Amino acid sequence: MTTVIHMNDVTMSFGSNQVLRGVELDLHSGEVTGLLGANGAGKTTLIKILSGANSNYSGTVAIDGAAVTIDSPSTSRALGIEAVHQRISDGIVPGLSVAENLLFEGIVVSEVPRFASSRSLVPRAREVAAVLDLDWSDAFLRSDAHGLPIADRQLLLLARALVRKPRLLVLDEPTSALSEVEAVRLFGVIERLRDSGVAILYVSHRLGEIDDIADRLVVLRDGVVCGEHTPPFDWHQALQEMLGAAGAESHASTDEMRGSDEVLKLTGVKLLPKAQTFDVAFRAGEVAGVFGLLGSGLSELANGIFGSEPFRAGRMTLQGEPFAPRSPAESIGRHVFMVPEDRMAGTIIADWSISATATFPFLKAVSRFGLLNPRAESAVGKAVVEDFGVVALSEDDPVVSLSGGNQQKVVIGRWLREQPLVMILDEPFQGIDVGARRDLCKRTREIAAAGAAVITMSSDLEEIMQVADRVLVFVDGDLRFDSYLSETSRDEILQRLSEVG
Amino acid sequence: MVRIVSDQKTQSIDAKESAAATPRRDIRDLLVRYGFIAVTVVFFVFFFATESSFRLSTTLFSMLKFTAVVAIVGLGVTVTMAVGGLDLSVGATVGMSVTIAAMTMVIYAKTGWVAIIVVILGGVLVGALNAALIVLLKIPDLLATLATMFLVQGLKLVPVDGQSVSSGLILRDGSVAPGRFTPGFLIIDRGAVGPVPYPVIIFALLTIGTWFFLSHTKWGRVMYAIGSNPEAARLAGARVRLYKASAYMIAGVFASIGGLILASRIGQGDISAGNSLLLDAVAVSLVGTSVLGVNRPNAFGTALGAILMGILITGTTIKGSAYYAQDVVKGVVLLIALVFSFTLSRTKQRHVRAVPM
Repeated sequence: MTTVIHMNDVTMSFGSNQVLRGVELDLHSGEVTGLLGANGAGKTTLIKILSGANSNYSGTVAIDGAAVTIDSPSTSRALGIEAVHQRISDGIVPGLSVAENLLFEGIVVSEVPRFASSRSLVPRAREVAAVLDLDWSDAFLRSDAHGLPIADRQLLLLARALVRKPRLLVLDEPTSALSEVEAVRLFGVIERLRDSGVAILYVSHRLGEIDDIADRLVVLRDGVVCGEHTPPFDWHQALQEMLGAAGAESHASTDEMRGSDEVLKLTGVKLLPKAQTFDVAFRAGEVAGVFGLLGSGLSELANGIFGSEPFRAGRMTLQGEPFAPRSPAESIGRHVFMVPEDRMAGTIIADWSISATATFPFLKAVSRFGLLNPRAESAVGKAVVEDFGVVALSEDDPVVSLSGGNQQKVVIGRWLREQPLVMILDEPFQGIDVGARRDLCKRTREIAAAGAAVITMSSDLEEIMQVADRVLVFVDGDLRFDSYLSETSRDEILQRLSEVG
Repeated sequence: MVRIVSDQKTQSIDAKESAAATPRRDIRDLLVRYGFIAVTVVFFVFFFATESSFRLSTTLFSMLKFTAVVAIVGLGVTVTMAVGGLDLSVGATVGMSVTIAAMTMVIYAKTGWVAIIVVILGGVLVGALNAALIVLLKIPDLLATLATMFLVQGLKLVPVDGQSVSSGLILRDGSVAPGRFTPGFLIIDRGAVGPVPYPVIIFALLTIGTWFFLSHTKWGRVMYAIGSNPEAARLAGARVRLYKASAYMIAGVFASIGGLILASRIGQGDISAGNSLLLDAVAVSLVGTSVLGVNRPNAFGTALGAILMGILITGTTIKGSAYYAQDVVKGVVLLIALVFSFTLSRTKQRHVRAVPM
């Protein structure tokens, strides 16, 4: 088994933010290396360095022992590296035929005659498809790639990556769009490639897949490789490395709150296509921390309760009454509020002041017969700024001029102008510094103490330990574990998370 | 779709801050904020000083009167732009209104009041059709209203066999149309309070009304939110579909009001009426977006844009320029406005989508 790629002391910064700090990684031919890392661990940056999209790195990359500089995607390709990125649709050009898409790179560099008829491309395209044993008919190859199902798109991109017989193949969450059957088929292909001597870097949040396919596991955390494993993988250990050792003490021992009144009940809810249904109840007066890795259905749970994207299946009751919101407006009317995951896209209106942002959900409170009262608006803006300790010169400041933490305070604080029954916070601590996080945790607990059922989604166990009274662990859309934090331990939570399929 | 950029610098009216800015930035800010008004004033003074006939108050009011139709239709377009859309069917709605007004009075011999009611109902109907296509069938705004434009343009000709309607029209059964444009209806365009013609009064009232609605009511606030970030508006509980639908209804009604004034002005059901209005109305709304550097669709901007166009067209006509100079003038004005909003402004343009969808 020979080393194809050797990375030594690879470091990459964006401004003052060091994303990779001296990564050392070997990738061997004929081996599938699984790469595991939490959000922001540096996986994407690492992949981009290999595929030539981030050329600004320092440190050395050697291929077959010779140092190389990967300064562009075409260099990367010339060196025998192919990457299939997670965002499948970015790689497909609708309007071109399937055959043209298969030969796309050849067309771009004019290897393929520019004015070739679609018929003349078909035999070459068939050769490409044959790499993957894709039994695609000529008619299919000539059809527009626009209508291609997502699984076929994934296979098309893979075939395209393989046509140059790469030394290293990087797969970033390759199964996220595939069904079970298609994933099995993909694994077959990966195994065949491995046996033919290709080095494969397999990036996934799905522990089960890595367990099935990988010959080696590398864990990345905060830009450093902090663990390497050989099968059978010790998942418990790997997750410890991925999520970090216990840092902040759980508050649970000191000020745990337990609610008794089951405000919101979910019955037979299904979050993801392949997931099991589950029942759960959320209680007033406590913070429920919903924990899971990326893609485990946390946002689906948040949006389902809020009505912004209904569940695939299942029913809800709110205070014993049926609750089936078809829009956020309806759930807000029932005092179920949500702060969405993506702050920029989901809450911020760019040129608005703090006051305008703060009053927006409840404009009725600052208007009379539809007429806005600027003084009342300022008062609400000021109240949110003061109650939540937002650092700003005045409530007339544009909301985008605030730091992430202060923006988050405004978009959480604005809901508290009315008393929530259920308050959902989807990844509320993303992009927020430690100080602001501690402050927001305190506020979040106060919302529960005031009588709301608070539900906080996070893929960071630290945050859950810090903010929640109760933890719910989701894996691939299945509810795996539900316990008060005082009755469980970090170890047990990781254990439940790591129980592979 | 234009993405919301996180590090957007928003203009601040904070005096301290602008004093701290470099002089070059200051000039740019001033230019963005007042450039357009300055251009309007300069042209006004120029025509005022060089052309004696431009100085007559009758000329000034006839210029405003001439501008009123475009401005009113443009105000409707402005409301659709506020929700992030654009109504391309307004010109066709104006034309339809002229034909409906003529049919009601000439063929069915009804009163002017009946004509007014029927025309406005027609505007509501077109707005409702647009709303249904966009909100229920989820067709992108531009494409839906483009289809409506053709539909309305064609369908209005069916009941009149493709002919203009004027008194004395021979009907299909050989009889002569019994009615005519009533004197009361003709007053809409020809009447005045003192020196101020009725259309100018309607124009002023609708401008103030639209400005008030968009800037000082909660409904206007929600509309701007939807135009700026529809997902954020939805997640904060805004009924996005309802507001979008309302915006197109408003645009339809405003277009039909413009049609009433135009019908009263030409005094017959000219089938080509309103044809050129669409682009003019869209142009003044776009121009209005850049006025005062607010960079969002607003009623005063639209009114000012329409007035500037009016000044330029009246002025160049008095100066004896060829009729085709008008289009050149409009093109240049629009281009200047677009430079103000896209090139010079530091507030990103969001309401107007450079590339729709």
